[in-house]
Amino acid sequence: MKTRDMLELAGRNLRESKLRNSLTTLGIGVGIASLVALLALGVGLQELASNRLARSGLFDTVAVFSRPEFRGFRSSERREGENTNESRDLRPLDEAARHEIEKLPNVVEVFPEIRFTSEVRYGEKSQFTFVGGLAPSARASDAFEKMQGSFFTSPDAEEVIVQMQFAKTLAEKPETLLGQEVTLRYAERQAMGAAGAGAGEPGDSEAASFSVVRRERKVRVAGIIESEPFAGMRGFGRGGIFIPIGLAEKLRPVGMSSVRELMRTSGNTTTYQTLMVRMSSPTQVQAAEKAIEKMGFSTFSMMEAMRSLRRFFAVLDLFLGIFGSLALAVASLGIINTLVMAILERRREIGIMKALGASDRDVRRLFFAEAGTMGFLGGVLGVVMGWAIGKAINFGANIWLARQELPPEKIWSVPWWLVAGAIGFAVAVSLVAGLYPASRAAKLDPVQALRYE
Amino acid sequence: MATTEANGVAIRTEEVRRHYVMGTSTIRAVDGVTVEVRAGEFVALLGSSGSGKSTMLNLIAGLDRPTTGAIRVQGRDLAQMESEELARYRRHTVGMVFQSFNLIPTMTLEENVELPARFAEVERGERLERVRASLERVGLGARLEHRPSELSGGEQQRAALARALVNRPSILLADEPTGNLDSKTGTEILNLIREFNESLGMTVVMVTHERVLAEQYAGRMIFLSDGKLASDGGPR
Ligand SMILES: Nc1ncnc2c1ncn2[C@@H]1O[C@H](COP(=O)(O)OP(=O)(O)OP(=O)(O)O)[C@@H](O)[C@H]1O
Ligand SMILES: [Mg+2]
Repeated sequence: MKTRDMLELAGRNLRESKLRNSLTTLGIGVGIASLVALLALGVGLQELASNRLARSGLFDTVAVFSRPEFRGFRSSERREGENTNESRDLRPLDEAARHEIEKLPNVVEVFPEIRFTSEVRYGEKSQFTFVGGLAPSARASDAFEKMQGSFFTSPDAEEVIVQMQFAKTLAEKPETLLGQEVTLRYAERQAMGAAGAGAGEPGDSEAASFSVVRRERKVRVAGIIESEPFAGMRGFGRGGIFIPIGLAEKLRPVGMSSVRELMRTSGNTTTYQTLMVRMSSPTQVQAAEKAIEKMGFSTFSMMEAMRSLRRFFAVLDLFLGIFGSLALAVASLGIINTLVMAILERRREIGIMKALGASDRDVRRLFFAEAGTMGFLGGVLGVVMGWAIGKAINFGANIWLARQELPPEKIWSVPWWLVAGAIGFAVAVSLVAGLYPASRAAKLDPVQALRYE
Repeated sequence: MATTEANGVAIRTEEVRRHYVMGTSTIRAVDGVTVEVRAGEFVALLGSSGSGKSTMLNLIAGLDRPTTGAIRVQGRDLAQMESEELARYRRHTVGMVFQSFNLIPTMTLEENVELPARFAEVERGERLERVRASLERVGLGARLEHRPSELSGGEQQRAALARALVNRPSILLADEPTGNLDSKTGTEILNLIREFNESLGMTVVMVTHERVLAEQYAGRMIFLSDGKLASDGGPR
């Protein structure tokens, strides 16, 4: 029998007992749906993690911390550090250190991570958001590829770049914001009293005092971006608005994590909690980390973190896959059951077909085709359902993200290989499930099958 | 459609046995039958119930295999054929009709008749032409879209005949084709079979237990009794 005829016959046989076959197909669909939803989540999370990280330029950046803060945290490095440079253990991360780091080979830029809460006013509208400081090197980030407007004219220009999502909360047509002035209202810290006393040394910080003053600043909207550029490791994924790093430093805002910083800051001497060091390429990161650690600081880079993250996602995918496969295994039992039932019911029909010249192989292929068709339809159904489930998860997750004042994310992704793979897998599983029923049907003795009414 | 060996031997069985082993006892459904059917003959196979008529017919049809013995059709022994070859033989060389029609109830007449042609991989266009021609031949040209349940018994058997014709086999095997029909309808069916025999030159082996009909239509009568050949009228 020709394949086309076989598929045609399989199709019409499936249509004959619609309810049962639809239920079986639905069973496969549910199995595939859970597989797709789970894997899509795994893939989505992984993509989210690696894309965000990759496009951010995070890989060519080293975060530098003053060591005492991290005592006990990165113990291995500390041990290494202790061996080489015990006495510098308490070295403050100050201007001098910043200059020293800047002079290291292949360093593009060194900047503090600045991020603070601010009220943004535009016309009647007023919104709270996080403001992030952007170093000039951020310009290379993917985020600016699709920027409307332009990047900051200078590293301390009184300009802002607004994230699209946030821009929408300020103006119905975000483009109209370009070139307009918006007002930032933020808290500025002012040092007072014991100026210059033991700057940066934790034990001395009580000697300094400070006050917080409310400030306003008018800034011009230079650009609007869709996604968020890299502006530091901690507050990653939280900015609604960005200002040049130079301007951010001048503002001396009270940042979200700057209380400690605050405690250690007095007069004109600043100690940084964290400095970001941008290297010319990711390959320079390791060398730079070593050099900076020799100077007596702790470092952190995403290169290392990514490696374990990858491993984590591989394991996650595996587990999600196993759960989905279990669902599918149950579904394949459904196929076996349905086809065995069909053989019992269609005993006579099989006998007739054989009497009319169908070979064992024809009969086997026919049942195979029926199993495969149910598998294919179930696979397609499953992909659609899995996609819908993923959408729902995404929707829910974004509501949660919105509550956390975070921009929406696609935590769930269905790449084409997953679609093809899921359908292919459904067909393959169905064919395997069809093996036994098909060979049973093929072996049916036509004389016996035709014997009784 | 006509036989390749005009007036030659179409079917020859040699000491054919078909035994069923049931526990300790053996049922000898067919027990050493040797017959020869010439091409173009119309043979009636008679005998009481359980005498082995259907078993014999199924052996000739290649649906069943003999326990021992040979069945030669067109010079080849069915007993020695692979199952794939047997299927090909059933597709191309024989057409079958049964007492209970055996149409597939979920298919239309057209689809039922088309089925053997599908197995024989006849081209789609030609297939539909043949299906129509076959159904017209049995007077059902207007009932293509009907399902078997919408037809009378006689019409169903005519459809089954059309189905048996569609691959243009040289042998027609009929197992009590009139058994479920009243005598008038039965006569119609037999007239059709005779027509196939005469105008198409098909070799016909028909199982029946109605001796009167056999005498009226068949050229020769073979009697079975307890699986053995009781009497063979021989070619007239
Ligand atoms: N699968 C089987 N297992 C055991 N015995 C069988 C089997 N098939 C047929 N028989 C026996 O073989 C004998 C011949 O059966 P067969 O069907 O050929 O008879 P028949 O002449 O066609 O009878 P009827 O006129 O009633 O159709 C019977 O005794 C039957 O019980
Ligand atoms: Mg019988």
